[in-house]
Amino acid sequence: MHNVVVINPEDNVGVALADIARGQEARLSTGLAFPVVEDIPYSHKVAIRDIGSGEAIRKYGEEIGFARADIRQGGWVHTHNLEIREE
Amino acid sequence: MDTFEGFMRPDGSAGIRNHVAVIPTVSCANGVAANIARAVPGAVPLLHAHGCGRAIEVGLHARTLAGLGANPNVAAALVVGLGCETVQAAAVAAEIAKTGKPCAHLVIQEQGGSRRTTEEGIGIVRGFMDEASAMKRRPCPLSLVSIGLECGGSDAFSGVTANPAVGLVSDWLVSKGGTVILTESTEMIGTAHILSRRARNADVAAQVEGVVSRAYGRTKDILGELATYVIAPGNMDGGLSSIREKSLGCIEKGGRSSVVEVVDYGQAPKEKGLVIMDAPGYDTESMASLAAAGCQLIIFTTGRGTPVGFPILPVIKVASTSRLYSLMKDDMDINAGIVLDGSSLEEVAGNIRALAVEVMSGARTKAEENGQDGIVCLAAMTPAF
Repeated sequence: MHNVVVINPEDNVGVALADIARGQEARLSTGLAFPVVEDIPYSHKVAIRDIGSGEAIRKYGEEIGFARADIRQGGWVHTHNLEIREE
Repeated sequence: MDTFEGFMRPDGSAGIRNHVAVIPTVSCANGVAANIARAVPGAVPLLHAHGCGRAIEVGLHARTLAGLGANPNVAAALVVGLGCETVQAAAVAAEIAKTGKPCAHLVIQEQGGSRRTTEEGIGIVRGFMDEASAMKRRPCPLSLVSIGLECGGSDAFSGVTANPAVGLVSDWLVSKGGTVILTESTEMIGTAHILSRRARNADVAAQVEGVVSRAYGRTKDILGELATYVIAPGNMDGGLSSIREKSLGCIEKGGRSSVVEVVDYGQAPKEKGLVIMDAPGYDTESMASLAAAGCQLIIFTTGRGTPVGFPILPVIKVASTSRLYSLMKDDMDINAGIVLDGSSLEEVAGNIRALAVEVMSGARTKAEENGQDGIVCLAAMTPAF
């Protein structure tokens, strides 16, 4: 059973269905699996592939912000590393 | 499943409840309105904190209070004014009376005080209650239904489970000729490009963009640079990082229909179909706006869990996770969290549709069972003077 849901095929983040401790496996609804590199709290976002600094973070197939720094696959994505740009 | 059992009103609308409402035009009349309603079992007082002391909101509050009285779920209404307030009872009652339903008004300063007004009011409301009790439900088409959409205490799953399932319900009601109102303008920030693409013409698209940009402007005036992040702390604990992320989840509730009209706070739409209403993200204030716009039912998704209801409207609570559904079972009507366990959105939507039709025909929601009908919260943009 998956523990991370990916909403749209274009997304580079998924949503954790349970707390996932560093080193444990993220099993995506798309079938992909990889260990997380930091603790991912329940209902928070995890990078499902490497996201380069400045790259758009995508959920619902839409941009929800930009990476402030490089985020590795399995990294926690939240306000500490997601930057919002003025429209 | 194209009909429900409702109460036909003289103006051709259909109520799914049959309330007798007592509406104070100003907070100074709350005590009298409450006493009148208390004396007549079943009467509903629509207490609120406004009606005077402001300038900009006079029209908005008068329109909203009249809209509450005109709501199809109200069989008859008594309006109670103090006398010296800016929102005048006679004017509010005259608006309500245009629907053809029984309506009266009393003014405390003209009646000669609170006791006389209460006594007079009890007599009127008893008469209204007798009339209402004689009304019977009969089959009504779903095209007469207007559903208001709400989300409150969103979490990261609201936009994954509950909101998209409600979106399917919205598409269903629109396909039956009914009306769906998507609101909470602050929760559309960052999505103007998506919503305006769905507008039925350029004029509506421009209005949609106006609603979202005004919401952003207001938020920015209050919060400065924090505006792009503004979501309640509970949302952030729940894993939402930006207002756009929350908004993208929120607008899922509206489904995929085209946007036919944009309306102001408390304003009834003229068109049927998917409507966008410019009202705040604050749940209780936007529910008052939806009720004033004629919605008979609210479908309310929640991730963190909220028990709130509305005095004259049933509110169906859709929990975004099984965790919340079991934690606050007494307050939740539907569990959309089964999507995370492998059920389809369509299955959840089917559950919501079935319950919605039962509720339209008289089944009570958890919020109704729990007596979640506190005061009416009206939006205000300026401090009182």
